[in-house]
Amino acid sequence: MIIAEGKPLVEVAGLIQEARKVLVVGCGGCVTVCLAGGEKETGILAAALRLLRQKEGNPLETVEVTLTRQCDPEYVDMLEKYVTDDVDAIVSLACGVGVQFLAERYNKWVVPALNTKFAGGTVEHGVWEERCGLCGECILYKTGGICPIIRCSKSILNGPCGGSQNGKCEVNPETPCAWQLIYDRMQALGKLDLLMEIQPPKDWSKSRDGGPRKVVREDVRLA
Amino acid sequence: MQDFEPKIIAFCCFYCAYSAADLAGSLRLQYPANIRVIEMPCSGKTDVRVLLEAFEDGADGVYVLGCMEGDCHFLKGNFRAKRRVHQAKKILDEIGIGGERLEMYNLSAAMGPRFAEIAREFTERIRKLGPSPLNKKYASANSTKAGEQE
Repeated sequence: MIIAEGKPLVEVAGLIQEARKVLVVGCGGCVTVCLAGGEKETGILAAALRLLRQKEGNPLETVEVTLTRQCDPEYVDMLEKYVTDDVDAIVSLACGVGVQFLAERYNKWVVPALNTKFAGGTVEHGVWEERCGLCGECILYKTGGICPIIRCSKSILNGPCGGSQNGKCEVNPETPCAWQLIYDRMQALGKLDLLMEIQPPKDWSKSRDGGPRKVVREDVRLA
Repeated sequence: MQDFEPKIIAFCCFYCAYSAADLAGSLRLQYPANIRVIEMPCSGKTDVRVLLEAFEDGADGVYVLGCMEGDCHFLKGNFRAKRRVHQAKKILDEIGIGGERLEMYNLSAAMGPRFAEIAREFTERIRKLGPSPLNKKYASANSTKAGEQE
């Protein structure tokens, strides 16, 4: 899922300083699971913003809505009845995708309440780690299911580098060396010989090369 | 500030503080009439939002009473409450209301005198801090939840 983290309250409040009425919109997707922008966090943010503005003597009216997902037009459309003329701004608690979908659909000042961090997963309740670099061409089959692109600080394909010390990365002694993990895993699987093959430079044209990416599935298109 | 009577909300766990309050009553213990007790099924039911909204609705101080650590009827509810109170304190500090207006205490159902003592102690603290910055000037702002509109 996409992992996000709340922006500091004062920063969000600063973005809607001029507004008198705002829609605070949560998202029921990834950010609900990573406890950053679900219904509960939406309620807390709205309450905190109201308190802050009340204290400043400039009361704020909030309307809270949590959409099933903000990255699908059919759900974004459901916000329409709340986007009335007196709404001065929309605060989105979705990832960057949701914020943009709301901004594209509605002619309002849309601001993000979260910082979108990475594609990752929950390693324990309240702890999330990055696992995928979204590079566009998966090579996990070569590395025992451990991604060297994102989990190796240098994204090297023929590791480990000289900075691997006692299984840790030289960039951060708390980060495990991805190539140590790969080596250990391949050894446990009895597939160390696969690592003997030298990997050629990665084809980065599948990644961010050529601007924003797009996936089109003709078989499922409706029009 | 002597004539200031703070409005204080006490979120009380049913298994300890609520019974302790009962005991304090049976023992005829005196404690300030400033506190409004709210029964909770467990201190772990406390949510950051509820704590913030108490301030929004006019409280000068809020405290949460949970069981002694390790004695929670639901095992970990009081530890969760403690963390949430800590989180809400941070938000209150950021807003400028002040985290010291919120506190978490632990006690058992047998501690009636302690219940009265906490009530006195906390009321005194809030009395010293003065009214919440929100109560000085403005009444509660408008707010609606999506569901309530329909």
